[in-house]
Amino acid sequence: MTKIEKIGRTGSKSVSDVSRRGFLVGSLAVGTLTMGYGLLPAVGGLAEAKAAGNFAPNIWFTMDEAGKVVVNITKAEMGQHVGTPLSQALAEELEVPWENVSIAYVSTAPEYGLFVTGGSWSVNWTFDQMSRAGAAGRIALMEAAVKYWGVALSELQAEQGMVSHAKSGRKISYGDLVKAGATARAFSEDELKAITLKDPSKRKYVGKPMPALDIPAKTDGSATFGLDVFVDGMVYATPKVPPVRYGAKVTAVDESAAKQVPGYQGHVVINDVTGTTTGWVSVLADSYPQAIKARDALKVTYDIGPNAKVSSADIMADAEKLQSSGEGAQLFVKDGDSGAAIKGAKATHEAVYTTQLNVHAPLEPMNAVVEVKDDVYHIHTGNQFQTLAVGLVPAALELDPSQVVVHQYHLGGGFGRRLESDYILVAALTAKGAGKPVKLIYSREADTLMDFTRTITHQKLTGGGDGSKLVGLEQQVVSAWATARQAPAFLADSVDKQGKVDPFSINGSDHWYSIPNQTVRTIKSELAQSATPSGQLRSVAPGWTFWAVECFLDEMAHKMGVDPLKMRLAMLDATGKNAGSAPMSVGGASRLANVLQMAADKAGYGKKLAANTGIGIACVSAQERATPTWTACASQVHVNPKTGEFKVEKMTLVIDVGTAVNPDGVRAQVEGGALWGLSLATKEFATMENGAIQQDNFDTYTPVRMEDMPDIDVTVVSPGHYPVGAGEPGVTVVAPTIANGIFAASGARVRDLPITAAAVKAAMG
Amino acid sequence: MATLKINGATKTVDVPADTPLLWVIREHLRMTGTKFGCGKGLCGACTVHIDGVATRTCITPVDAAEGVEITTIEGLGGDHPVQKAWIAEQAPQCGYCQSGQIMTAAAFLTENPNPSDDEIVGAMTGNLCRCMAYKRIKAAVARAASDMQKG
Repeated sequence: MTKIEKIGRTGSKSVSDVSRRGFLVGSLAVGTLTMGYGLLPAVGGLAEAKAAGNFAPNIWFTMDEAGKVVVNITKAEMGQHVGTPLSQALAEELEVPWENVSIAYVSTAPEYGLFVTGGSWSVNWTFDQMSRAGAAGRIALMEAAVKYWGVALSELQAEQGMVSHAKSGRKISYGDLVKAGATARAFSEDELKAITLKDPSKRKYVGKPMPALDIPAKTDGSATFGLDVFVDGMVYATPKVPPVRYGAKVTAVDESAAKQVPGYQGHVVINDVTGTTTGWVSVLADSYPQAIKARDALKVTYDIGPNAKVSSADIMADAEKLQSSGEGAQLFVKDGDSGAAIKGAKATHEAVYTTQLNVHAPLEPMNAVVEVKDDVYHIHTGNQFQTLAVGLVPAALELDPSQVVVHQYHLGGGFGRRLESDYILVAALTAKGAGKPVKLIYSREADTLMDFTRTITHQKLTGGGDGSKLVGLEQQVVSAWATARQAPAFLADSVDKQGKVDPFSINGSDHWYSIPNQTVRTIKSELAQSATPSGQLRSVAPGWTFWAVECFLDEMAHKMGVDPLKMRLAMLDATGKNAGSAPMSVGGASRLANVLQMAADKAGYGKKLAANTGIGIACVSAQERATPTWTACASQVHVNPKTGEFKVEKMTLVIDVGTAVNPDGVRAQVEGGALWGLSLATKEFATMENGAIQQDNFDTYTPVRMEDMPDIDVTVVSPGHYPVGAGEPGVTVVAPTIANGIFAASGARVRDLPITAAAVKAAMG
Repeated sequence: MATLKINGATKTVDVPADTPLLWVIREHLRMTGTKFGCGKGLCGACTVHIDGVATRTCITPVDAAEGVEITTIEGLGGDHPVQKAWIAEQAPQCGYCQSGQIMTAAAFLTENPNPSDDEIVGAMTGNLCRCMAYKRIKAAVARAASDMQKG
């Protein structure tokens, strides 16, 4: 797991700050049991905390006198129903009836620590914490019953919201204990660790497909998204964005025509000292449609800056040059001597894989409502990285961090786009400039043109094989490094300590195949970095590193005359560093071999297929080596031998998440993730010309629709190990299965994403 | 000034005649279940019923919606068979497109109560789901059709 100690420039509370504090269970005088990380010493109670004046209530859950529990969720709800598995973990140990559980998405406050949702991290990072929060609550309530009845704790049982004493036949509900004033209780971190959690065989909720708590409100229009927020006296704003993605400056604004637009309320030139945006102007009006009209009427003159002529082709050519020169390459993996091993191998092969620009395009365009009350900026929005936002806004507006609160709402899609703070910054600067509350809404076009794209990537792989295995493998990846722009503190040392690497631009290349000699290098493209500020797009680096690795293995297998499945299984031998370790990767590569074999069997791999049809396979350990989610896919693809047009007929996926806390939720993530994989591999294609993204709406940028959906067969494997993530691995595994399936069907090898019929036709030769 | 019949009530709003109906419903009348996605009728997030027909409100000027019956997601009742099927199939992910999906499905099933798989795809493919929850959306439409047949 990536250990996050600090969040760089945000200056906000880190995880470690929080974990040093005691874990509080207490009761409020008003009759609500609360617990969580309070600003408390490791020992001591509520009274002391209150006396100290620093008790922050409502942390991980609250319970009222009716025994109703509200679980506080710091993770962004963006379609993964994240509050449900976290509540399952907590309710399991707290022992409350499921119908008494509801969830709340909390506003930023230091006591919660880090606010970030991404990387398929949420359940993996918090399952143990939420389980122990629930267990600690149960213990506190049982201790309250001890005092109430004067019996020994060991004689009590807690189940389904009731504490019972079998000897005397007495029972009392949690709600009545809260009403009676359950006493304060603080747990030190050691005490929390010492709690014995339930044996998995006794679980009532964990591992069960509990209906998602957020879904009913998403079927009747009542779920509140950022766009659905209103505050008194607010005006509407929309950004007028410059003609290049990055690097422009506003030199003059002529508002004479805009003034003729009814409802126009002026404009604010966005002076963003954080550099998140360049050359933007906010246009204010009484309504959004009027703001759009005024935006079109406003005349802005720019200094276009250094990226005026940059195109996708330029970025790819630059990447090719860096690939050849190796300038700035940093080591990410170094095992043995890959150069010598490849030189001495019986079969050798080299191939280049590329991916083009992609945009996130969540369906809810970026938006935020900002209202200043008592010198505090209240930001109402949906965001995945509030800790970054509450660091950047004070920097941009010269505020103290205590003057910024982000109030969280549902996210109309995240996919990594809402890890960014641009819309929050622009809304806050607009509200400051206008001197009134502002509801800022991006047009779809502004949202698309100013996206933090998935970077263009250029990867060269060189390999050598003997028998049925690779003896040496080299991989070098050129890309933009999103982390270097967004959160430099997340950069890691290269393996030889000679420089820094962006682990989130290269991970996945540290896969679980036993190849004795392996070298991986990563190179940052400054041109891509400047012209196409890249972001984290769902599945991030494993979306391109596995694309290259899994296609290359297929190519090597064919070159060596070995079946691609047999070759993979031979190298997934779970020896040495690939043996895995408890708790996160117990079993190691053997679990990857298992899901791959299952997917191949279920898909009918090796059986006779219709003409011009093939099955491509791949397996991945996304997202991170330390917390691998073992995922495999077999895709059946038909190729028209005349035109190169291809159709993915069926995708068969098997995913091992350790423990599927909510198997139906995992399945939903894999279904959607697999279609994301299909979409990125075959449909989504953004390009840059003259420094600007050329696609601006869903007529030119065309994600998969229902008509494009193949059959999807998902199997969730849950062997009972520690839970790992589910949001992204399904995305990463699909693209190589399509390319490998196209090869199996037609003999055409394609190495550029997205795959086009023209490329397939050309490759058929 | 426009007078609208919406979810059985009559509302008068003071907006320019060319204001897209979407923004009147959302921002003036504050029925926020209807969503803004693309502004060009490309994604379907803004779909409501106008005299029972699924209609994209982001490209429908408010003056074209006078004198007709408008039904939004809030007017569907909450226990409409399509809404129930959506919950039974656990169809939504982020949920942002779902009002539009549900309104499209409800109008479609009124027209075609017993659709084939291909007809479901044909009716629903205009509604973009960026989470790509299509498998369950399709299953939910089929389930709703089946439930409605059973009565």
